[in-house]
Amino acid sequence: MGVKPLSAFDLSLAAGLVVALALCSWRLRLGLEKRMAISALRTTVQLLLIGQVLRVLFAHASFPFVFAISMVMLMVAGREVGARQHRRIKGFSGWLLGTGSMFVSSFAVAFFALAIVIANDPWYTPQYAIPLLGMLLGNTMNGIALSMDRLTESLWQQRRMVEQRLLLGRTSLEAIHELRQQAMRSGMIPIINSMAAAGLVSLPGMMTGQILGGSSPMDAVKYQILIMFLICAGTGFGVVTAITLTCRKLFDDRQRLRLEVLQKQ
Amino acid sequence: MSQLIIENLRFRDRGPYSFAIAGGECLGLQGASGAGKTLLLRAIVDLDPHQGSLRLDDLECDNIPAPQWRKKVSMLPAESCWWMDVVEDHFQNFSAVPQEHLARLGFGPEVGGWQVSRLSTGEKQRLAILRMLENRPRALLLDEPTASLDRANSNGVEQLLSEYGRTNNAPLLWVSHDPDQLARVADRCLFMHVDGSLKSCGGI
Repeated sequence: MGVKPLSAFDLSLAAGLVVALALCSWRLRLGLEKRMAISALRTTVQLLLIGQVLRVLFAHASFPFVFAISMVMLMVAGREVGARQHRRIKGFSGWLLGTGSMFVSSFAVAFFALAIVIANDPWYTPQYAIPLLGMLLGNTMNGIALSMDRLTESLWQQRRMVEQRLLLGRTSLEAIHELRQQAMRSGMIPIINSMAAAGLVSLPGMMTGQILGGSSPMDAVKYQILIMFLICAGTGFGVVTAITLTCRKLFDDRQRLRLEVLQKQ
Repeated sequence: MSQLIIENLRFRDRGPYSFAIAGGECLGLQGASGAGKTLLLRAIVDLDPHQGSLRLDDLECDNIPAPQWRKKVSMLPAESCWWMDVVEDHFQNFSAVPQEHLARLGFGPEVGGWQVSRLSTGEKQRLAILRMLENRPRALLLDEPTASLDRANSNGVEQLLSEYGRTNNAPLLWVSHDPDQLARVADRCLFMHVDGSLKSCGGI
């Protein structure tokens, strides 16, 4: 059984719901209608474009092509991590920090899953590689953005406390010990929660898609379990890497708090 | 004998500053608000980036880890900061704080169990002094240590800190807006102008 195709008319019916919500936002003066319209438009255009790209990609499964696409995904995710932070580390190094952590954890976990767990031939078969990496990057991006934002914000607000601890002769790591822990926790809690709720509260998106696409529920479930584990590991290791690197960046070699490396946006 | 030697110290657009404070000596520092007295203290305690040389006797600041330098050359900030619920959790070992120090600042041993949220600004300041002295610093940088204190407590703090300097042969750099206080505690005195330049002030 294949998927029942959707027509443009079917989609415009669903779009009507968003338009209704936008009207509601306008009446309530939430000021979200413009952003909602732009976001809805972006969803449509971006997904249609990626549909075309994937169509071509699946027809020509070459490694350089798959790699190039995954790099584009990484770059966009890296930009997004920076954009979501209230105060972020200035310049190229700030971008590199978030993007690098994401690269290390997502790509390592994705490679592990593709080459060792799923073991397709070739291992980079795009039907598996691209969606898997997409899900990993999306979740790692959320985790890293959340945790880095938490760290820089709490450091900014509690800089006097941190400096007082430094004055008492504590090391930089001791001085920000619990801020660092809280930041890491806040990046990992969402995925831990969604693992706990999976199947009870929500049917995860990938599984839903597979079932709609005609897979047997048990096959879909097993893939979903795999994905959950991968996302958990990818997000967790990504968050640990990003926060460790950010902490280093916020102090200099003489263990002084250097908040001037942050810029507000 | 431990002497604090500041040589060609520069930070931001300030300096160069060169002066020395002998062991047991108290150098007063006066000046207009915003002249950069606190910045000077922060540079000496190595909390802000700086150039030049900072030495405690022949111990060069750059040659030891910064936390160790800050334990030896301790700064008391104008406003103290507390983060745990209870006073004693901010000390490494509150029971080792000398009873006599507590008493001279107007506290009994039970102060260790007090809630930080119920402390007044002045109580916090006096406790911050005891917290700083717990590291047995070899030099003290004091940023308006009695600004939030009344007359009686102010006297207690002056006596305790001066005595600490004398008995431990520790150099003291004492920032104050009160010329009378500096006349009491300081052996000599520097004045910082709004542009950051230092000159020695007369009268002491």
